[in-house]
Amino acid sequence: MEAKERIAYIVISLLASIAIISVILIFIFIAKESLLVFFNPEIKKEANLRIFFSTRDWQPVGLEPKYSFIPLIIGTLKVTLVAIMVALPLSLGSAIFTAEFAPRRLREVIKPIIELFSAIPSVVLGFFALMVIASWVQNIFHTSSRLNAVTAGFALAFAVIPITYTICEDALNTVPRELKEASIALGATRWQTTVRVVLPSASGGIFAGIMLGLARAMGETMIVLMVSGNAAQITWSFLDSVRTIPATIAAEMGEVAFGGAHYATLFFLGLLLFSITFIINYIASILLERTQKRLRGEK
Amino acid sequence: MKFRERIYIAITALAVVIVVGLLFFIIFDIFKNGIGVISWEFISQPPREGMTKGGIFPALYGTLLRTLLMLIFVVPVGIFTAVYLNEYGRGKRFSKWIRLAINNLASIPSIVFGLFGLGFFVLFLRLGAGLLSAALTVGLLTLPLVVVSTEEALKAVPNSYREAGFALGATKWQVIKMIVLPQALPGILTGAILSVSRGMGEVAPILFTGVAYYLPYLPSSIFDQFMDLGYHIYIMTTQSFNVELTKPIQYGSTLVLLMLTFSLNIVAILIRSKIRRGRIG
Repeated sequence: MEAKERIAYIVISLLASIAIISVILIFIFIAKESLLVFFNPEIKKEANLRIFFSTRDWQPVGLEPKYSFIPLIIGTLKVTLVAIMVALPLSLGSAIFTAEFAPRRLREVIKPIIELFSAIPSVVLGFFALMVIASWVQNIFHTSSRLNAVTAGFALAFAVIPITYTICEDALNTVPRELKEASIALGATRWQTTVRVVLPSASGGIFAGIMLGLARAMGETMIVLMVSGNAAQITWSFLDSVRTIPATIAAEMGEVAFGGAHYATLFFLGLLLFSITFIINYIASILLERTQKRLRGEK
Repeated sequence: MKFRERIYIAITALAVVIVVGLLFFIIFDIFKNGIGVISWEFISQPPREGMTKGGIFPALYGTLLRTLLMLIFVVPVGIFTAVYLNEYGRGKRFSKWIRLAINNLASIPSIVFGLFGLGFFVLFLRLGAGLLSAALTVGLLTLPLVVVSTEEALKAVPNSYREAGFALGATKWQVIKMIVLPQALPGILTGAILSVSRGMGEVAPILFTGVAYYLPYLPSSIFDQFMDLGYHIYIMTTQSFNVELTKPIQYGSTLVLLMLTFSLNIVAILIRSKIRRGRIG
């Protein structure tokens, strides 16, 4: 009997450790392949940090490959900015209405419906953006190309909304009743209470929601691959085609020589993406934890 | 209430209307344009004439197969990770590490999973690009969904049930196996369904780990390459030589994928709300 218990415990612990091992392996393997740009002398000549961050062209195929990250970083920032600017007012507004003003019955319907957004695969969102949103954007802005940063950002907003909405709504909901009641008792209206009491108390959680939305927008692949136009260029117009970091990896990894400069560069881009989203998530989780603790009254 | 405040509140309500409206519009647009294409032939026939005619059977088959393989991996790992967190590891440092890892997995961009799948499963473990590598890669991505749902279900099992088991002389593992897990079954099922729904629609992680543009035959082993529904939509819309001509097929494929992921999600939501109501009542 003892033995059986021990075996069960060991097997369960082992299975539970798979998550930890995976994260470590993911980090090691992404880093291992990308570190070729530091340690492999052949690759170092073609692809290194100086080239990544101080040249201007991304042209990985050709006699003289050019690996500048600048246009890709600008592209990623552009679509992320548009996505957040579209998603934030919609998700925060919806969260405020759901948490503060909707009757309970309605609330129980709205929340799962909006969360259903996350059940749409990103390739489906990309397809819809390609068929419908791209034409909208072209009609509104009269652009030459249907596929640009605005189209991609709009489409990305659909992927961001369920995340930002859920986290903001949860944050607003954890604000203790007593705070609101005190404010109302002092003669404040419901709207004043929401803006001056509820929103500031939940600000940490709301900020975390925005950050997680940002991370989602930066890392999303299929939507941008399908509707951003994928032209790596340094421009300031949001109506130009852009190429983002994840879309570059997705589009090019299938055609590279394993172990070469292009391969290592794409892995390096992956490492960059992984690190940025990791940091954003870490900060967001600290923010969330702190807000929750404060609202529960622990200091 | 002041008039101005009513306007503010109306604006927040408008945000809800826009978001919900967009959601319904997406579904409506794909349904309207896709429903006419779907037929038994579309589901059961392979593509013909350079993928400009015919159906989507091999893509559907590949997606279902890789998702099934993923389930075999992700369900036991997910369940027992949750069992560890809730039954054995309360307050232990190891649990904290597991939680951190799960949160992390949930936040890694899907294309990074794809890179890892290529570097680790395909090249390092030499599994090659095929169903198994793709299934394992997507499995890691959906692992957090199973863990979170299962843990929620385990938490909902009242402690008195466990104590009753112990009082009858059952050991810890016996209590887990015969009392806790059966009680938590609906929650576990929810997690598994959500992971299927999520995993089926993912394309980025399978790009380099086994998906094929077109295959004249069905995969016959877990190391074979496969066609995939989501990837099929992607290539038909962006790589096809005649995008206009294949538009109906694109809409049809998208509708099939959307119906699969959506209906599974709704089933999961229904089970979950039933569990919650059961707990209250």
